[in-house]
Amino acid sequence: MTKLLNLISLWALPVILLTVLTCGIVKKVPVYEEFTQGAKRGVKVSFKILPYLIAIIVGISMLRASGAIEMFAQFLAPILTKFNIPSDTLPLMIVRSLSGSGAMGVFSDIANAAGPDAYSTKLAAVMLGSSETTFYVLAVYFGAVGIKKFRYALVIGLLADFIGIVAAISVCNLMFA
Amino acid sequence: MNYIFYFLVVFSIIIGAINGRLQDVINAVMSGAELSVKIVISLIGIMAFWLGIMRVAEKSGLIKFISRLLRPITKVLFNELPFDSPAVGDIAMNFTANAFGLANAATPFGVRAMEEMQAVNDKKDTASNSMCLFLGMNTAGFQLIPTTVLAVLVAIGYKNPTEIIAPTLLVTLIAFVSAVLMAKLAQYLAGRSKVNDKTP
Repeated sequence: MTKLLNLISLWALPVILLTVLTCGIVKKVPVYEEFTQGAKRGVKVSFKILPYLIAIIVGISMLRASGAIEMFAQFLAPILTKFNIPSDTLPLMIVRSLSGSGAMGVFSDIANAAGPDAYSTKLAAVMLGSSETTFYVLAVYFGAVGIKKFRYALVIGLLADFIGIVAAISVCNLMFA
Repeated sequence: MNYIFYFLVVFSIIIGAINGRLQDVINAVMSGAELSVKIVISLIGIMAFWLGIMRVAEKSGLIKFISRLLRPITKVLFNELPFDSPAVGDIAMNFTANAFGLANAATPFGVRAMEEMQAVNDKKDTASNSMCLFLGMNTAGFQLIPTTVLAVLVAIGYKNPTEIIAPTLLVTLIAFVSAVLMAKLAQYLAGRSKVNDKTP
């Protein structure tokens, strides 16, 4: 099963490239000219995203440097122990939606401190692998088209993250505890 | 978003001052700005490449073809997009790339989908229902194999790293489905309040 999925992952991009370019040539599309036209837009879009990304990433970097996340984690720790959740995974729950590289760092810390086969490591791995960095996704996609009012997108992104955390705890509790 | 940005900056400064970490907070401004530029620089090449390929796919009618193929599903989910919208094809490509863990390719596909949705959006500075649903799907982070997590587990000497694949898939599925359901519910509620606004 895993081998099959890995094989698909490996072949997904080559198959897309082969299909797209072959279809283009068959339909007499000037593939080189159209490719460069599209690529030109890619350069523009990347720079369009930059201001939005700076706002979000600087804000979140400041928050992480201030120690607010540790304070929040300390505040929540007693509640977690009540539900039998290892409190060393708490920083990951908080950072996950905010920063991708931050979450990766926290995960490595947990895994190294708790050891490879600890319950905390398993729970943290499931949490990290099952979600995305909500703030980054919103900044990139809304930034690319210049949307300033996010409406309910942020609330849904964060709620889905929360549901993911609860689900991760429940599933790991059933499987690994 | 204005309040969130304001809150992030002001709150960080106050908490940083209380914790005696003001210098760290100041340093974070510089490093955060630098990190943003680094991310964008690393994005330019891959973004340009895939948007180039996608333009060829669009001109050869491939995107339209995928869009029509998926019409039965997207008719329900993205009911506000016009029939035959090329956004559907781009959304499908984005979803597929995400599922196989090809985040680098997923972003350009997603950006194209956003552009198509923006083209039919009435208020250009405000997210449409379709956009909110699309981003809900993306922030849920649906992925078949969590490749980066597995890599870390292998590196620290985890004995049986593949055992986390099944629970991760189950959890991401739960988050994904609830994101879609919540987005549809929010769309319904937003539509209802709009109708109420119009009646005097």
